[in-house]
Amino acid sequence: MVEAEKVLTSSDVHLFYGKKEALKGVNLDFNKNEITALIGPSGCGKSTYLRCLNRMNDLIPDVTITGNIALNGKNIYAPNIDTVELRKQVGMVFQQPNPFPFSIYDNVVYGLRLAGIKDKATLDEAVETSLRNAAVWDTVKDKLNDSALSLSGGQQQRVCIARVLAVKPDIILLDEPTSALDPISSSQIENMLLTLKDKYTIIIVTHNMQQASRVSEKTAFFLNGELIEFNDTKNIFLNPREKQTEDYISGKFG
Amino acid sequence: MRNTFEEQLNNLHLRFSEMGMMASEAIMKSVKAYVNHDKALAKEVIENDRFINKREVDLEKKSFEMIALQQPVTSDLRMVVTVLKASSDLERMGDHAVSIAQETIRVKGKTRIPEIEKDIADMGDLSTGIVEDSLEAYLKEDSDMAREVADQDGDIHREGKQINDASIKAMQESVDNVLSGSSYMLVESYLERVSDYATNICEWVVYLNTGHVVELSQKHVTDDDNE
Repeated sequence: MVEAEKVLTSSDVHLFYGKKEALKGVNLDFNKNEITALIGPSGCGKSTYLRCLNRMNDLIPDVTITGNIALNGKNIYAPNIDTVELRKQVGMVFQQPNPFPFSIYDNVVYGLRLAGIKDKATLDEAVETSLRNAAVWDTVKDKLNDSALSLSGGQQQRVCIARVLAVKPDIILLDEPTSALDPISSSQIENMLLTLKDKYTIIIVTHNMQQASRVSEKTAFFLNGELIEFNDTKNIFLNPREKQTEDYISGKFG
Repeated sequence: MRNTFEEQLNNLHLRFSEMGMMASEAIMKSVKAYVNHDKALAKEVIENDRFINKREVDLEKKSFEMIALQQPVTSDLRMVVTVLKASSDLERMGDHAVSIAQETIRVKGKTRIPEIEKDIADMGDLSTGIVEDSLEAYLKEDSDMAREVADQDGDIHREGKQINDASIKAMQESVDNVLSGSSYMLVESYLERVSDYATNICEWVVYLNTGHVVELSQKHVTDDDNE
């Protein structure tokens, strides 16, 4: 079998909030065009780890990160890294849909305008492509000038995903993207992720183990700041190596 | 490629249907080999059985995966369960085809009784027919058809009884007939088992279609009840 291309690698990642060690040496690599799920109980460090991958933790005072995280072989914590550029390549979608209080159109092109793109045709095309890929185009195409806040939660979340897609990232990070949504909207987002993985590498933090099992190829189980087990999702859910993984997945704790 | 649940389910369904064709072909060929004393065809049946066995293992693995990763419910779950259960019935059919093929090789060249072999050929046609019909009922998810197919089981048992009686009679007439006569009785019992497995598949079709687990086998009816 051909060795999959590793697009994002991390080794011996430690993170301290002040003196408290929240990540205790995580080694984890991500293959191109795969969906990886990060699971584990609250406070296990999975979201903290996810936020390391596009340096979102930089915004929190008193955080120290050691170890190495590299995107396409380049250390993302190197001094010459432009975090704006990094976050374009590694986009993020949050738990609560967070559309800006503008029109749907302006939300989607926000990143492109920041990058200085003004050509109307380019922007129009980006809006359609991104909204189509986010599986929300048919719903919103006739009301692109309405406020994004007028949409339902599930639609807002898909517009937020379109906003990330518009800047053409390599990697999409999703931090519990469906935990504020109803089951139908959640399954629409899941189906959308499955269509996106041909073009993107996706890393999703989820509390919903069924969601992890349905959408991901690889699953990483975190506990107390450590990566306990990382494997093909079917191995994790059918035959995990570690007792702790088995107990968590079977609902014995967490 | 999109790897949605529907695609996986459809794939499971197709691979199970293929396995059904493999099993029914094995039975047909094994009976043909037996009545034509065709050792080469018998060997082919024996060798090809590993493909049926492998397919069963593949379907089991895939079913377990789908249950663990997709948590199917309602008709989706019934489909996975049906494939899981009915594929082991198909696998056992394949084993019986192998047993018939082995009999071909064992009794080759001994005294034969053409009349009984004609009956075995007829019973082989009936058995293959009931297997194919049970698979058709599965493909159509037609529980009425499944019940009708299961009713044919009685014909098979009558045919089998006729072969049994004729074999015993032939063996009583001459010791030269003992080897072939006992072989006929064995082959007859294998074909009866094949039809029992086809009946099981019909039961799973009813489950797939209605959600009810039913017993369609007539085995518990004694001969006295039939007369």
